[in-house]
Amino acid sequence: MPGHEQQRPSRREDEPDETPVVPAQATARTADTDADVDSLLDEIDEVLESNSEEFVRGFVQKGGQ
Amino acid sequence: MSVRRVTGLETEFGISVPGDPGANPVLLSAQVVNAYAAPAAGTMSKALRARWDYEDEAPLRDARGFEVDRARAHPSQLTDGRGDAARARSGGRRSAPNASDVVAAETDDPTMANVILTNGARFYVDHAHPEYSSPEVLTPRDAVRWDKAGERIVLEALRRVGATPGLAAVTIYKNNTDGKGASYGTHENYLMDRATPFADVVRHLTPFFVSRQVVAGAGRVGLGQDSATAGFQVSQRADFFEVEVGLETTMKRPIINTRDEPHATADKYRRLHVIIGDATMCEVATLLKVGTTSLVLDALEAGALDAGPAAGLLLAEPVRALHEVSHDPSLTHLVRLRDGRRLTAVQLQWAYFEAAAAFVADRTGADTDADTREVLERWESVLTRLERDPFLCARELDWVAKLRLLEAYRSRDGLAWDHARLQAVDLQWSDVRPEKGLHHKLAQRGEVETLVAEEHVRHAVDHPPEDTRAYFRGECLARYGPRVAAASWDSVIFDVAGRGALQRVPTLEPLRGTREHVGALLDRCTTAEELVAALTGG
Repeated sequence: MPGHEQQRPSRREDEPDETPVVPAQATARTADTDADVDSLLDEIDEVLESNSEEFVRGFVQKGGQ
Repeated sequence: MSVRRVTGLETEFGISVPGDPGANPVLLSAQVVNAYAAPAAGTMSKALRARWDYEDEAPLRDARGFEVDRARAHPSQLTDGRGDAARARSGGRRSAPNASDVVAAETDDPTMANVILTNGARFYVDHAHPEYSSPEVLTPRDAVRWDKAGERIVLEALRRVGATPGLAAVTIYKNNTDGKGASYGTHENYLMDRATPFADVVRHLTPFFVSRQVVAGAGRVGLGQDSATAGFQVSQRADFFEVEVGLETTMKRPIINTRDEPHATADKYRRLHVIIGDATMCEVATLLKVGTTSLVLDALEAGALDAGPAAGLLLAEPVRALHEVSHDPSLTHLVRLRDGRRLTAVQLQWAYFEAAAAFVADRTGADTDADTREVLERWESVLTRLERDPFLCARELDWVAKLRLLEAYRSRDGLAWDHARLQAVDLQWSDVRPEKGLHHKLAQRGEVETLVAEEHVRHAVDHPPEDTRAYFRGECLARYGPRVAAASWDSVIFDVAGRGALQRVPTLEPLRGTREHVGALLDRCTTAEELVAALTGG
């Protein structure tokens, strides 16, 4: 459906926007810097199961709904 | 014209004992449920041992207008407590319960471990998993709130098992597959108008559910039911769906489930039982899963999908499209429609968004409630960014946030998609423990967005929503717990002094039994005897 941007209803243009729900940082934070990612992975390394092979192999479930 | 609709979410959790993959999952699940049910010091919920009342359950009734013969049904379909164990316990009869049934149910048979909580939820063993079935809520935000409360309840149960001498410490995951061929569900339940033809539900919801995963998918490492092919996909559940429409939930899973068990006045309502969703940790993903579905149902019931952008979206091969969309995290795959058009999943979602937005603008315009506006604004924002670059949604959607982590590991450590560390990240994403769960870690770092304040989640662990019948159920358990013999979605059964038989109070109208409706009555009645007398006119 190319062109849907033009079809989108402009229902809010003349309405007061009482609840600005989409946070500004939703887009601001997405460009990860190397430093961000390094610090994140360092923290996750701390809690990630060290023997990942055994950990993954050991997670066996019975089916459900 | 609103997202407001009676809704409940059910989650079957994955459960295991580290180092002991052969541990009996039914017993483990029963230990978890029973640990929560036991009286505890501390501040968590007073969980009371009322029995589940199966009187109005009919899992074999099909929305297409027939009922499957019990003898022909798979044993896993007999979810109404009328299996062998239940029959033996009740001596073959199926009638009003008595106190000895209650005790027997909880002590003899681990498959029957069950507790009804003061927040109106049910916490029990379903198949081989602990399941939290949330109380009925009215808004997507409350769906998120009581879903998060369920995570806290499961966590508390896990802690109690871990602190019990003689019991192995269990780990619990809010996910939907072990990556080895087994899947377990996260179901959504939406109260609908019975007058809406089921054929319309099937026609309009199939393309919606096939594409909804780009918003509500939880992400998964491994392609195929048993992860035979390495790679990442958008949804946990997609590969386990094999047919378009059907009654089953444990095999040959259908995109549209036809179980017709309304748990409410049957000639007015149906309960749409949605089995295709993933368990999501991200609050925005859960909000959108419930909110967009509620809006689409609202438009569907009003006939507003029969014309406009969402009309005529019939997929050529829905099951195949479901798998292909899930297997394409770039979101560029083109789904083939019966009329020859080819659209991406995001474009399919745009069609439903536009139909819903136009419907809301037409019916309520500037008077549209805040919950509905929030869902529409977030839906539009997420679709816009998914089309530009899915990673722009890493703060809001599980599959994107998980993929961002996985790609970071792949890049730093040079890992191929079949590396066990990536599967460990996938699994640990949904660990319910704040010190181990990776979603928890991102939330602690402020890298995923949360919607519900901590104190509101904590309150919801013990308290019911006030605007549905869950209020009556939860408050009865909180106030008169020892006198509540059993309860279910549509009943509360009292065992009160001076009356020979148990007193069953039906709650077949989900929007009655609210605080507004019964709050003053409950405040007036200090005992269950007084309440029953008031309800029965003496």
